[in-house]
Amino acid sequence: MAVAFDEMNIPGGDLRPAYQELARWLKETPPEALEYRRQEAELLFRRIGITFAVYGDSESTERLIPFDVIPRIMSAKEWAVLEKGLKQRVRALNMFLRDIYHGRDILRADIVPADLIFQNPVFRPEMNGQEVPHDVYVHIAGIDIVRVDAEDFIVLEDNARTPSGVSYMLENREIMMRLFPDLFARHRVAPVERYPDELLSALRSVAPQGASGEPTVALLTPGVYNSAYYEHSFLADKLGIELVEGRDLVVKNNEVFMRTTEGLKRVDVIYRRVDDDFLDPLTFRPDSVLGVPGLMSAYAAGNITLANAVGTGIADDKAIYSYMPDIVKFYLGEEPILKNVPTWRCREPKDLAYVLDNLSELVVKEVHGSGGYGMLIGPAATKATIEAFRDKLKREPEGFIAQPTLALSTCPTCTASGLAPRHVDLRPFVLTGSKSTTIVPGGLTRVALKEGSLVVNSSQGGGTKDTWILDE
Amino acid sequence: MLSRTAENLYWLARYVERAEYLARTIDATLRVTALPAAYIGKTNEWDSALLTAGVAASFYQAYEEANEHNVVEYLSFAQNNPSSIRNCIEAARLNSRSVRTALTSEMWDTINSAWIELQAVWSKGTSTREDLAKFLRFVQETSLRFDGSAYRTMLRNDAYWFSRMGVHLERADNTARILDVKYHVLLPEEEHVGGPLDFYQWSSILRSVSALTAYHWVYRETLKPWLIADLLILNDTLPRSLASCYGNLVRNLDQIGVAYGRQGPAQRHARGIRNRLEHSNMNDIFQHGVHEFIQEFIADNSRLGEIITKQYLI
Repeated sequence: MAVAFDEMNIPGGDLRPAYQELARWLKETPPEALEYRRQEAELLFRRIGITFAVYGDSESTERLIPFDVIPRIMSAKEWAVLEKGLKQRVRALNMFLRDIYHGRDILRADIVPADLIFQNPVFRPEMNGQEVPHDVYVHIAGIDIVRVDAEDFIVLEDNARTPSGVSYMLENREIMMRLFPDLFARHRVAPVERYPDELLSALRSVAPQGASGEPTVALLTPGVYNSAYYEHSFLADKLGIELVEGRDLVVKNNEVFMRTTEGLKRVDVIYRRVDDDFLDPLTFRPDSVLGVPGLMSAYAAGNITLANAVGTGIADDKAIYSYMPDIVKFYLGEEPILKNVPTWRCREPKDLAYVLDNLSELVVKEVHGSGGYGMLIGPAATKATIEAFRDKLKREPEGFIAQPTLALSTCPTCTASGLAPRHVDLRPFVLTGSKSTTIVPGGLTRVALKEGSLVVNSSQGGGTKDTWILDE
Repeated sequence: MLSRTAENLYWLARYVERAEYLARTIDATLRVTALPAAYIGKTNEWDSALLTAGVAASFYQAYEEANEHNVVEYLSFAQNNPSSIRNCIEAARLNSRSVRTALTSEMWDTINSAWIELQAVWSKGTSTREDLAKFLRFVQETSLRFDGSAYRTMLRNDAYWFSRMGVHLERADNTARILDVKYHVLLPEEEHVGGPLDFYQWSSILRSVSALTAYHWVYRETLKPWLIADLLILNDTLPRSLASCYGNLVRNLDQIGVAYGRQGPAQRHARGIRNRLEHSNMNDIFQHGVHEFIQEFIADNSRLGEIITKQYLI
């Protein structure tokens, strides 16, 4: 495995320009002061109630995501490249979805194998021929980015269903500004606070035709027991929209209404944080109590916009991921600005043979997995784990992809023994409305707090950092 | 607003109010039972604490005897008592989480901090009297803070009015329950004026609705049972009196009616109860029977709860 790219230090002892002021500040700040602020931050998070639930963890139902007070910094120039690449990628994702559910040019051109679409459980036949306003399918995308060197940003994963984490981006900044006003005074950090406004405009811009001039937007949550519930309530609050559960909504004559103290009120756009499977018990899982019976028929009638659209999972599926560079080229006729991680598709015999031979060096992921569950990190795994995985792979090769172990870049991070480099990734949030695609500068930086660990997922001991894009 | 939001705000306020009332009941009972038997007679004060909390039946399914240890445990911490103080705070926190967007940060902070303290400090209950006193103070302060936060930070709109309705409906129920259990010591014919036994019973009633000082301010008199009844039932200057609760309920319901441009059975029913309280005097009530009067009130009050639920919350 290559040496990880250090985002602060240049080998040889110099500092990268974006980190110079931070380094000076760190030198002036005694470690006790940093530790004190760290504790203060934790207290603030707990008081605000920013918690998440870990499924299958009976010990504590609500946990804090560890927050690291050392910001992760990027220059405006680096961000400009990233921003351009993200917009390009999301544009392609939307065009791909429109095509898959309509003309299917890309399948006829043999760019993506048809069985990968039609035999995929996240493909939604209900969406065939269904029009969505302004052809926007993915209104909110969270694209996971890693760096391996000074030049390249690599997309690790596209999240086109119900990406979460943006509340941490916003709260991390609030807390940092409260704890370290002096550090902000010494930098020109691009603000992130307009995200809720941009999200609301994007959502309103895709209201269905029959909606009133001031379309009513609501956020649909699975409820308080969902791991991201805090985020749902946080966003509803910031957007000034109702936070609804399935039982608050009712469909009448193919229109969606919420039950209010003044009777039924029509809803035009639903920012839904409920998975496709649970949206409508009449169409999808009949046992779902989180959904709204009849929602899909209102959707088909064009009376409600769902953001993101139903069936977007087919675009961020790990099996599709490896085709993304070709997808970008096919629809836009441009070279992809953001790279993909080289990916072996275990469904292809040649690739499978290579993967089986090199398991101890590769990361193997379930095609339909998420949250870092069910993956094999070859270099860190025991022989027994590797052998167990080998059996799984042989039994069901089409369920897996493999990638080289990436040397994720590192950032200085507070640890028990002082500041030390830890691996990070970045999830920027890309918003697409009827007219424009916008990205608030930065995103959520996740950090693997364990020394040497590459797993940044909060469910597996990852933490977060504030992400700074410095203005020129 | 969403019906579910209104429902959560309403119940949140009720849970907090109930927790405080339970804390006051325990506090008042501790004081009375600390007196020598000669001053309080043979009644089991812990048993009547259970009765005023409305949980006597479920208590006796779990315990043989109502004594300090058992009752304090049951009213404060028992998981199997749905309206123990612990469960009230748990339920209040769950309700708060469901309506985070409708709460001000001060209200959320009050409930969330209380919930955190409940787990961090009080997860094992209390082992000493001193601990218990601290716990009861913590509960009462939480309620005061919550009430104060709501009063000082909420917009005066339907969210506020639903929340206040929860407070007043619960408060009216609590005051009425004390009267229901203790009415016999207030009856004029059983009066032994100046007897130590009654004095401590009476002051205990007043203490449990935090009205002992108020009594003296209002009547400038030694404790007289009919005046105590008058204060708790008819005197609308006392925030915990039935009259005051209903003055507020009618006002809140009217505000909602104006905001929504329409009135309904809840407004009519509340006004009916208030009018009856306004046109009563203690003589009539004693003639009619205090006990009957209170029981009717409790039924009417809970009926209002049902009507509000049907009209707005589902």
